[in-house]
Amino acid sequence: MSHQPDASGHFGTFGGRYVGETLMPALIELERAYRDAMADPAFVQEFRDCLRDYVGRPSPLYLARRLTEHFGGARIYLKREDLNHTGAHKINNTVGQGLLARRMGKHRLMAETGAGQHGVATATVAALLGMECLVYMGEEDIRRQAPNVKRMKLLNARVVPVTSGTRTLKDAMSEALRAWTAEVRTTFYVIGTVAGPHPYPIMVRDFQSVIGTEARAQVLEHVGRLPDAVVACVGGGSNAAGIFSGFLDDVAVQLVGVEAGGHGLATGEHAASIHAGQIGILHGCRSYVLQSASGQIQNAHSISAGLDYPGVGPQHAYWAQTGRATYCAVTDDEAMDAFHLLTQLEGIIPALESAHAICEAGRRAQALGKGGVVVACLSGRGDKDLDSVLAMER
Amino acid sequence: MNRIDQTFSKLKREGRKGLVGYLTAGDPNLAASERNIRAAIDAGLDVLELGVPFSDPTADGPTIQEAAQRALAAGTTLADVLGMVSRLRRDYADIPIVLFGYANPFYRYGFDRIAEDAARAGADGLLVVDMPFEESEELRAPLVKHGLCFILLVAPTTPPGRAAAILAGAQGFVYYIMVTGVTGARESVVSDLAAQIGALRQVTGLPIAVGFGVSNGAQARDAATTADAVVVGSALVRAAHEGRAGAFVRELRDGLSGRSPAA
Repeated sequence: MSHQPDASGHFGTFGGRYVGETLMPALIELERAYRDAMADPAFVQEFRDCLRDYVGRPSPLYLARRLTEHFGGARIYLKREDLNHTGAHKINNTVGQGLLARRMGKHRLMAETGAGQHGVATATVAALLGMECLVYMGEEDIRRQAPNVKRMKLLNARVVPVTSGTRTLKDAMSEALRAWTAEVRTTFYVIGTVAGPHPYPIMVRDFQSVIGTEARAQVLEHVGRLPDAVVACVGGGSNAAGIFSGFLDDVAVQLVGVEAGGHGLATGEHAASIHAGQIGILHGCRSYVLQSASGQIQNAHSISAGLDYPGVGPQHAYWAQTGRATYCAVTDDEAMDAFHLLTQLEGIIPALESAHAICEAGRRAQALGKGGVVVACLSGRGDKDLDSVLAMER
Repeated sequence: MNRIDQTFSKLKREGRKGLVGYLTAGDPNLAASERNIRAAIDAGLDVLELGVPFSDPTADGPTIQEAAQRALAAGTTLADVLGMVSRLRRDYADIPIVLFGYANPFYRYGFDRIAEDAARAGADGLLVVDMPFEESEELRAPLVKHGLCFILLVAPTTPPGRAAAILAGAQGFVYYIMVTGVTGARESVVSDLAAQIGALRQVTGLPIAVGFGVSNGAQARDAATTADAVVVGSALVRAAHEGRAGAFVRELRDGLSGRSPAA
């Protein structure tokens, strides 16, 4: 099975480039510049240096002993993306795209954000590279992720509130695409996930693949063998694509994506696009999309702003269709329990997004039993979620 | 000869510039929008672009976004839009009707099925804003089979070589996007439009309609100086919302023919 899209960005029937003509030349130029940069050893070296010295890589692979004991099954290792600079995996990708923007002669970055982690990571790289930064964020997310909004403002980014639709990630991305259409000659659009038009899904995956490359080497060093399962949460799916990338050819390793089950799949209030969506076209690519029978995009729901998206990266759709990865759903309540569990047993406060992966890692560990090995991607830290968590429990 | 070709031939014979009007079907509900559309046609539209509402119109500014929201709130579906096309076709035999929308509702309906049903309803073409020609083959093939045109767009950012590739197999007319941005009224029409249209004429013999940003008769006249037709969308949607679709079309017509607005 090929892990690369075809020349125009298709993974099987998924992916592609579904945007207005105004953006097409920019996407073609971006793809060319990206291929060119990745073939340039100096660019690749600068990216690696920046990941090491600025982001703080490699991130540790940590054996969560008390969590393992609690579930009483396979050993659970956590890939500690929460320890990266800015507190999540998002920075891996924004460093890559920021350096690419500079190479292309662009001085202005724009981004969409849900939880604010990608917005913060983009604003951070803009500061690092001396660039202007605009972040589109839904009003609802501005409310529930207030600490990240403050960080972006401190970093000199302009946070543009999006008031259309559900005022969450979907609408932020729609508005960012509109804004990019008007500013395409001057502005580099930093997409934060493995969705959107080609080349974003493959470019973001490549920049995030450092997670999987490190995790594979680390688990071999710690355990002396490959894990039985690798688990990661999936909204658009960038941390999952990053960690899965390291294990794609290891066919015995189960790759498990965890979608946001919200209030439960039966309620219709969730963000499980692969589970409950149909194939459709949203934000530039063909993938699984939550939609009505007449093709209108439906609202997603998740306690976690970063998973609150009605689509999913096209390569995840392809992996689901071909069976290379399996996808399951974890509800808001289950994620909340996992949030507290990890905090109390390990002294690690996870992002609500990552708590979904922790919950499923526990289930897999129990199913595998002692002797098994599970690697879970702890994609981010939970400081940004404290207000939401406390409010929910009040 | 299809209705689009017939209409542009007739415009040429008569030495007139065409007026292409966009209205969102179902805004604010099916019955009211049909009344507005009929008023606009009666007042002198040459081509109707009938907007199929979509929840996430990423190429549209606030006016058309809001129109789509109103249409969806009223429950408008693609099947309803096709029903409207059938009714319009019974009363208007000659006006070309182009369904204008985003890929997903057409995809969900089925590309083969929409081609067949749109042809049966009496539509003449489809324009899918977020479907560049590279992705269009699976829709274009059934459209051609059923005698419908797939209308293609060219933007100010499109390099000449790419414009030639896009237009190599194009049909009907070319939609030239005048401004780098989304739909919506603008203060003035771009200054180097004549040069851009001139460059486009080098690569296509099709009629050229220009759109995005035209909001009054004077702008329509300026925009149409070198083009064959002008498209008015957001401003017409707003006029229809205010109950003056017919009056606004007459104002645009007067502007296009060089007459000052009626006192």
